[in-house]
Amino acid sequence: MSRAGMKLQLQHLGLAALAIAAVALPAAVIARQSAAPVGLQPVSAFAGIADPAARSAAIFTEMGKVLTHPRCLNCHPRTDRPRQGDAMALHNPPVVRGNAKGEGAPGLQCSTCHGPRNVAFANGTGSIPGHPLWHLAPIEMAWQGKSLREICEQLKDRRRNGGKTLAQIHEHNANDTLVGWGWNPGPGRTPAPGTQAQFGALTKAWIDTGAKCPT
Amino acid sequence: MAIDFQLNGKPASFAGDPETPLLWVLRDHLGLTGTKYGCGVAQCGACTVHLDGKNRRSCVTPVGTIAGKSVTTIEGVTGKTAEAVRAAWVGLDVPQCGFCQSGQGMSAIGLLTAKPKPTDDDIDHAMAGNICRCATYVRIRQAIKDAAGVKGVRA
Ligand code: HEC
Ligand code: HEC
Repeated sequence: MSRAGMKLQLQHLGLAALAIAAVALPAAVIARQSAAPVGLQPVSAFAGIADPAARSAAIFTEMGKVLTHPRCLNCHPRTDRPRQGDAMALHNPPVVRGNAKGEGAPGLQCSTCHGPRNVAFANGTGSIPGHPLWHLAPIEMAWQGKSLREICEQLKDRRRNGGKTLAQIHEHNANDTLVGWGWNPGPGRTPAPGTQAQFGALTKAWIDTGAKCPT
Repeated sequence: MAIDFQLNGKPASFAGDPETPLLWVLRDHLGLTGTKYGCGVAQCGACTVHLDGKNRRSCVTPVGTIAGKSVTTIEGVTGKTAEAVRAAWVGLDVPQCGFCQSGQGMSAIGLLTAKPKPTDDDIDHAMAGNICRCATYVRIRQAIKDAAGVKGVRA
């Protein structure tokens, strides 16, 4: 629904005042995104690169299509605020990281609005994302504004990846259901490229070839 | 199959579509109109209730997700914190048109339940999702401080 459409609907209900007050509606509410679905190349597509280090880096670059996708970046910010929509606008309402776990401030936690699953808005287009563990990635796992090489180095650094071994990183990418949300983001949001299974397979191939980072 | 939950301390039930937002169930089916519809998209806070004692936007809460849980609305919220918030609100004559105030009050009680002595920042962060068209924000903030018995630094 357009912003004007939203206003009209609210006016219709005699609530013009609130429509005007809710000035900055999130991007996904204002504009339906129309980006064409993007795929991921399979691991076999990299078999032609003879040098394992170069192959590894190329595979990570392919993984980067997911890692730098708005579905992932919006929740891995460098500040204390998540972002929203394909345009990665600052989250509205202005919520903050809050406690050490990134669950939001007392009284306005992520779970004040986000539920255990995605919920389509009852009065128009769009949806609010959901997952039982919906919360912000810790600050040391910030990816926004970083190069792919920086994200790669940080993914391998156990001080900045939640103490994970490479095997655990693979497990996380392949099976974690919060990561999996990226491919099932609810109405009004573009899913991450490919499938989680493909992303998991690429992660494994990257590790098996020496987990090299792109330059 | 009916969805059973606790509402203001008493058993309640809803036999319709489990996707129905809790806000619709409260207002249209159970007749509790103190909780308001403002935007329907979790942007304004007018529909705030307590779910198992914590703030929750009822417009984005399908009733099917609250089976067995406990819902408190502005009509049923009780206890020391609620009384203190009510007294502070009356004392400062906080509302102007009043439409958002049930949501404001519920959010304030939820904040003080989670954090009895909030700082200015705690209050701003907790109340950032509750919009007031009459801009009673300054009185709301002061009333929360009065209810909590804290001074704070900013007005
Ligand atoms: C709702 C917020 C949220 C979204 C969306 C999200 N993450 Fe995360 N992510 C987290 C949290 C919280 C952690 C830390 C907890 C943990 O390790 O499980 C994390 C940790 C990670 C880690 C391990 C730590 C690191 O940074 O090295 C990886 C890898 C990861 N996420 C990948 C992804 C990918 C890929 C996507 C998108 C498909 C994604 N995440 C989307 C919240 C999110
Ligand atoms: C006051 C309600 C509210 C609170 C509290 C809230 N959110 Fe949101 N959030 C929303 C709504 C509504 C959307 C969907 C907006 C849209 O795109 O239409 C959203 C969207 C998001 C998105 C965007 C997903 C995407 O890729 O488009 C992320 C990330 C997010 N929230 C993270 C969080 C985190 C983390 C917290 C807690 C620190 C939190 N939110 C607290 C209401 C809230």
